[in-house]
Amino acid sequence: MTPNAFVSPNLLPALPEILMACGAMALLMLGVFRAQATQRSVTQGALLLLMVTAALVMLQGSGRMETFSGGFVTDAFSRYAKILILLGSGVMLVMAQGYLRRENMDRFEFPVLVLLATLGMMMMVSAGDLISLYMGLELQSLSLYVLAAFKRDSQRATEAGLKYFVLGALASGILLYGASLIYGFTGTVNFMKLATVFGDGHAEVGLGLIFGLVFLTAGLAFKISAVPFHMWTPDVYEGAPTPVTALLASAPKVAAMALFVRVMTQPLLGMIAQWQQIVVFISIASMVLGAIAAIGQNNIKRLMAFSSIGHMGFALVGLASGTQEGVQAVLIYLAIYVAMNFGVFGCILAMRNKGGQLEGVNDLAGLGRTNPMMALALALLMFSLAGIPPLAGFFAKFFVFLAAIHAGLYTLAVIGVLASVIGAYYYLRIIKIMYFDAPADVQDWPMSTSLRFIVTGSSLFSLFFFIYPMPIVTSAATAASALFR
Amino acid sequence: MEIGLSHYLTLAAILLAIGVLGIFVNRKNIIIILMSVELILLSVNINLVAFSSFLHDLSGQVFAMLVLTVAAGEAAIGLAILVVYFRNRGSIAVEDINLMKG
Repeated sequence: MTPNAFVSPNLLPALPEILMACGAMALLMLGVFRAQATQRSVTQGALLLLMVTAALVMLQGSGRMETFSGGFVTDAFSRYAKILILLGSGVMLVMAQGYLRRENMDRFEFPVLVLLATLGMMMMVSAGDLISLYMGLELQSLSLYVLAAFKRDSQRATEAGLKYFVLGALASGILLYGASLIYGFTGTVNFMKLATVFGDGHAEVGLGLIFGLVFLTAGLAFKISAVPFHMWTPDVYEGAPTPVTALLASAPKVAAMALFVRVMTQPLLGMIAQWQQIVVFISIASMVLGAIAAIGQNNIKRLMAFSSIGHMGFALVGLASGTQEGVQAVLIYLAIYVAMNFGVFGCILAMRNKGGQLEGVNDLAGLGRTNPMMALALALLMFSLAGIPPLAGFFAKFFVFLAAIHAGLYTLAVIGVLASVIGAYYYLRIIKIMYFDAPADVQDWPMSTSLRFIVTGSSLFSLFFFIYPMPIVTSAATAASALFR
Repeated sequence: MEIGLSHYLTLAAILLAIGVLGIFVNRKNIIIILMSVELILLSVNINLVAFSSFLHDLSGQVFAMLVLTVAAGEAAIGLAILVVYFRNRGSIAVEDINLMKG
């Protein structure tokens, strides 16, 4: 190849991301240069952009395409994750509206930052080599650090942002160190070439590579807030503005988990003997800690943080099995988890009195009498999060445990079931407080139409998932099969 | 003495250790934490460039340039959050970050 031969890359596979990047920057310009462009109009533009991007993602066909020398991959797997991510960001933007106005955070940077974080997440799930993995991860993380500290006159929010930043930067550094070791000991950053280097699991694996694998796993485990890298989660969830917490609990979790699954099953499948024990360990640790540490919590956002740690542990059970069935179970789990989260955070956003947002679990006391519809929705969602049949959360857990049993991981499955029983205690405690405790205060919590719509949709999804689960199950199956070929 | 790959790797590993220790051991100042984060990223860069040179493969250097760029952005965002935090609390001592117990 002569030095002058410049072949322009095929931009078609990356079209949704390119549109997203240009659109986010255009909206930023609009906000900066037009004084009358408010948060509301920029958000409407952002929602439109998310919808167009989602349509483009769906129109991309079913095959696998790669571009930028294999650094960017779109396949059924990445498309499934992208739809979930776009949905998560869009719903969160809608939910945030009332909160942003009430809490005096009505600035146009908010939707732009959400868009940039979403772009980062889409890059993550489409990463085809270690470089684009890092780039997507950082774009997502940097936007989220700012979003966590977005309520800039609040001590708690800025502290949350600072903690998130320091620990997130450490995790990125560790991940990067692992990536550099993997590059150095294999000579390539491309996932497909790495897969050939590692082969079918009988390749000679040196100490340097093991170190690289451990560092990379640690960095990724931080991003999905799996134990022992979960320290930031409760504080950031509690301190960040509630809509940002809602975002943190949904789309970035999907993106990080999808990235984790891709890295483990595509380039590193040959090292399954090495990483399986790590994943089993962090999965057990997350499930157990998520179940036990949440019991004593009185702040509902903090409780949801431990709940999300536990749920990520359950999702990791599917990954630990390392099979196509396991990956399919992880994807189903993520979809159901995100859908349940919308409803719970919709209810948390509705909890407020004249003094501002309420966050205490005890503020829900007597909700069953004062606001029966909301109590019913929240109770349904709590039952679903606890994994009680026939609600959606039960099937999410059912599929991952089934995959673990088929892969022969009996201990993991048994510990998982035990953890989910322990975890049910604190979900049921919320229901008990809502229905059997005396109301502490007037709970006249009006929900905006959009919030009511989201909460209703989420609880109906949890309730009726078992009647028609096929769309999610089959698309997750297609997505999982794209990784194992 | 010939300077080989292992010397560079050892240097990078030492820098990484100093960076990680700087984050966990330091109890005084958040600025030091930011410096430690930069140190970690620089150790990664030494690794990448050393590997790239010894493997005769360019992608390591591309990676290193990207890490440099992102590190600049990361430092900017970190300092911005730090300034906002200082305005609210009037202190950037590590032991004062305790509104929420984590």
